[in-house]
Amino acid sequence: MKIKLPQWFYQLASPRWFYEFSGKLLPWFSIAAFILLMTGSVWGLAFAPEDYQQGNSFRIIYVHVPASILAQSCYMLMAIAGAIGLIWKIKMAHVVAKSCASFGASIAIMSLATGAIWGKPTWGAWWVWDARLTAMLVLFFLYVGVIALHSAFENTQSADKASAILSLVGLVNIPIIKYSVEWWNTLHQGATFKVTEKPAMPPEMWIPLLIMVLGFYCFFAVILMQRARIEVLQREKKAGWVQEIIKQN
Amino acid sequence: MNFFIAAVRRELILALRRRSDIVNPLAFFLMVAVMFPLAVSPEPKFLAQVAPGVIWVAALLACLLSADGIFRSDFDDGSLEQILVSPQPLVLVVLAKVLSHWIISGFCLALMSPLLAMMLFLPSEGLGALILSLLLGTPTLSLLGAIGAGLTVGLRKGGILISLLILPLYIPVLIFGAGTVQAGAMGLPIAGYLALLGALLVLSMMLAPFAIAAALKISVRG
Repeated sequence: MKIKLPQWFYQLASPRWFYEFSGKLLPWFSIAAFILLMTGSVWGLAFAPEDYQQGNSFRIIYVHVPASILAQSCYMLMAIAGAIGLIWKIKMAHVVAKSCASFGASIAIMSLATGAIWGKPTWGAWWVWDARLTAMLVLFFLYVGVIALHSAFENTQSADKASAILSLVGLVNIPIIKYSVEWWNTLHQGATFKVTEKPAMPPEMWIPLLIMVLGFYCFFAVILMQRARIEVLQREKKAGWVQEIIKQN
Repeated sequence: MNFFIAAVRRELILALRRRSDIVNPLAFFLMVAVMFPLAVSPEPKFLAQVAPGVIWVAALLACLLSADGIFRSDFDDGSLEQILVSPQPLVLVVLAKVLSHWIISGFCLALMSPLLAMMLFLPSEGLGALILSLLLGTPTLSLLGAIGAGLTVGLRKGGILISLLILPLYIPVLIFGAGTVQAGAMGLPIAGYLALLGALLVLSMMLAPFAIAAALKISVRG
């Protein structure tokens, strides 16, 4: 069976076309990320109402929640890009997957760190063996595995393919890990602590959160494109069009 | 099917001629379990409580360490290349290799586990659960370990890397495996746990051989 893909898909697969196209998109995404992040953080940190139980410490969710969402979608993107690279042998997809890996690992750390900072005043401990915390930690381990495997190969092409396979295996495992960890937690320490049940959020709380999530996604797009552009330049350094860019600068 | 049996036979003969491959993981299994009473507390009551987890972690580490060698010698002497170019489907050859790895690691670990259970004062009600959970859980460990072995076989430094890749994937098996033993030791029904371990085994048996085959192709052909 042969699947026909739209033409832009093949165009995007060409490193040169990607470089030019992302160069045009980059300023727009940077502006959007800047505006959304500024609006979201000022609104969320200064103007959103206090939580009646947690006081001001709840405000860290304006960083924590977007980071956690992003850490998961970044893994999805990495695995899907890896699959595209394996199936259709598209070089650009591997470049995107590689750029996702290091960003994903850092954003997972950010989610864990902000979670710990929030956990200290709320639960009285930096770390608890809660299902969602553990699942995020495992996600971080999966990122570390992909990065370690990629850097262990000397040949870039084998490194790309091998880490694509590993991230696909991880993608199949993420839901299994998530549910097994949840079950383990409820089996063993369901009664130890209970996350204070969230009051239904009023709109003045969740609208800045939504803005922050969108801002994080735009920021992700900016970083991803920049990383991919640098990676493309390094990988295609012998191509004529890259030489021209180098000469121009 | 003939070549499947032949492949399993070849692996088992090779393992029998190099007995250290069989004995080393078992010795490692025993030694890791001995470390816990020395490091934490030799008190029977405490040991009985942690025994399910300790035995399962030790079994998991023993499987992980032996997984590194699944394809190593075949890669070094070039027979892996011959397997890749042979007309037989690679997925089945891979499955045969994993099966024989399980026979010499997981199966033997399950047979040896009552000894550890006794040393760690696991309540006798948990003994059946321990053996059954190891029999059902370790094949999944072998399958997942083979993915890591396939990905790293072409690299000079396999050892630590393979643990980084594979340990996170072992977590569900560990949770359900240790859970089975804990439930068994408390006299609770274990059928649900065993069903979950079986489900993990079926799923990994379906998907892992393809990942292993793809990984081997990358490691050998680049």
